[in-house]
Amino acid sequence: METNNTNKSGVGRRDMLKGLATVPFLGALFIAWWNKRRKDHYLNEDILNEIKVSTKAPESGPAVSKDRKIRLGVIGFGIRGEQLIRAAGFAVPDIIDEWKKGAQQDPEDKRYEDYLKQEDLNIEVNGICDIYDVHAERVLLASGNKSRQGSDANITPAAKRYRNYKDLIQAPDIDAVIIATPDHWHAPMSIDAALAGKHVYVEKAMTHNEEETYEMVDAIKKSGICFQLGHQGRQTASYIKAKEVIAQNILGPVTLIEVTTNRNSPNGAWVYDIDKGAGPQNIDWDQFTGAGPERPFSLERFFRWRCWWDYGTGLSGDLLTHEYDAMNQILGLGIPHSVVSSGGIYYYKDGREVPDTFQVTYEYPDRNITFLYSATLASDRARGKVIMGHDANMEIGDMLTVWADFESTRFKKLIENGTIKIDIPLFSFIPGRKKVDALATATEKYFAGRGLLYTYRDGVRVDTTHLHIKEWLDCIRTGTQPSCNIDRGFEEAITAHMATKAYRENRKVYWDPVNRKII
Amino acid sequence: MTTGIKTYSNWQLTSLVLLRVALGWNFLYEGIAKLVDPDWTAMGYLMDSKWIFAGTFHSMATNPSVLSLVDFLNIWGLILIGLGLILGLLEKVSAITGMVLLGFYYLSHPPLAGLGYVIPSEGNYLIVNKTLIEFIAMWVLYHFPTGKEIGLDRFMFWKKVQK
Repeated sequence: METNNTNKSGVGRRDMLKGLATVPFLGALFIAWWNKRRKDHYLNEDILNEIKVSTKAPESGPAVSKDRKIRLGVIGFGIRGEQLIRAAGFAVPDIIDEWKKGAQQDPEDKRYEDYLKQEDLNIEVNGICDIYDVHAERVLLASGNKSRQGSDANITPAAKRYRNYKDLIQAPDIDAVIIATPDHWHAPMSIDAALAGKHVYVEKAMTHNEEETYEMVDAIKKSGICFQLGHQGRQTASYIKAKEVIAQNILGPVTLIEVTTNRNSPNGAWVYDIDKGAGPQNIDWDQFTGAGPERPFSLERFFRWRCWWDYGTGLSGDLLTHEYDAMNQILGLGIPHSVVSSGGIYYYKDGREVPDTFQVTYEYPDRNITFLYSATLASDRARGKVIMGHDANMEIGDMLTVWADFESTRFKKLIENGTIKIDIPLFSFIPGRKKVDALATATEKYFAGRGLLYTYRDGVRVDTTHLHIKEWLDCIRTGTQPSCNIDRGFEEAITAHMATKAYRENRKVYWDPVNRKII
Repeated sequence: MTTGIKTYSNWQLTSLVLLRVALGWNFLYEGIAKLVDPDWTAMGYLMDSKWIFAGTFHSMATNPSVLSLVDFLNIWGLILIGLGLILGLLEKVSAITGMVLLGFYYLSHPPLAGLGYVIPSEGNYLIVNKTLIEFIAMWVLYHFPTGKEIGLDRFMFWKKVQK
């Protein structure tokens, strides 16, 4: 090795050259990388300029003062009622025990930690009503659990139990009610609450049949109360983003919407557990039946009420409504012109009346759109929600993907010059991309995949139901109407009942917009 | 071959330097591409892991604080190793660290019969894949260093070389 031409510093010209010989490669890499990045950037800019939708997540709305405490009544504390009250800030102690245990066994189980972080909505639960003593006892405990503790905390109930919901509604220390009963009680209870001037949050489906829908809409509108229907998908970030995509007309003319329900477990098919100690001694059967036909006491009917038309609304009311409301939110569809339905009880031959396999085709000739709903409760194949346009199609779940169409007119040039590639999404929106969802059950996964369990606000994972209840409470405090108000509820209920009617009467069913009637 | 550097022929030296630069280029680009993508995370890759170490890699992915550390070390590991190899700076350290990173990649996604992966989606290899070849190439670099001749290690080890 030559060292004979060293200068005073000890490093010669030849050493310098040899030592730095590979530096140009570094320069070459940076130039190549920079050019690639610039090219990618311009391609992206071109696409984003063309589609004009930001990839930023929706932010939470302006904060509303929570100074005024809202006093709640809870009617119905089954599976969904418990979830709603928990989302409002009152959990039964045993779920806290379960979460705490989960966190001890698995440090990644953040359910308890997340729940403690959930915003306090400044409410109290003053009255509860459930016609099954076991559920009533549970919600009483939850009502006293403002501090979100487990069963070791000796929680004492804060609410009063009412045997009949009418007494709860009349109570002077109740401003608003959350109704999570079987479907056949939604309208009568909402109407009574509205007449008493109490604000209403009611679970979907909004009503059990067509006739009571009109009565309910009248009562709610006349009363001026704040009304929210329980489609928590209204809070899902990807749905909000999908609406922007539609507003920018990125898809071009949309002719077909395809939405689906696929589940494959007894729980998903409404074969819920029957409590061992349950019987006529702790269930008020007459109140459960209500104005419906009298039937002999049946634990199956009480616990698995969704399987019977007397109490439930089948796939239309339970799951089609979620899909419909999402599309109504994104596209502003309104009530369809007509519908045909088909299906049957093909798998769960357990004495149920409602179909487990159900296909619905709605027509919107004014919009030149067909809306297709396809469901089975006996196959878990994942099928998304897809909106098909001439220029692009969009798939919506907890995330959102837009694919340009190869034969698109609008994107023809950009496809030809290689700016838009068919095998790469034109646009994708993935809220909370760096987060892991550790979900336990198939039904939870089903709801999460559809954006119905969690969403993201300001980068934080939040329960959509919590956001939906919060929106309702904010609106009560500001005297405004929330996103799933009575008008959206009317559209949801009529649309669902049209599909059920078409199935049960085995004929094409129409909406008469002049006389406002299903024909 | 510890004194081998002086005995390399010009072509041997050139080919070894090119191998070093090519590996460095690959590492540096991978690191920069991840650094500038605000959404990049190793989560998907780790969750895709199979074979006997899958549990370990999955738990890295599901613990947010561990995951962010993994992301940080991966990005800066790739960048620094890449710079080291291209410039011939701390070449032996770079090669060993590179082997550690590649070893993790290989063990998380070993191309064994019957194991299929989502990421990277480039088909299936049998036992020997690009990661393993890079791993062995790094090993070659470790034993046949060139940075003291062509590279900044020439200045780092200036006094040693003068002897």
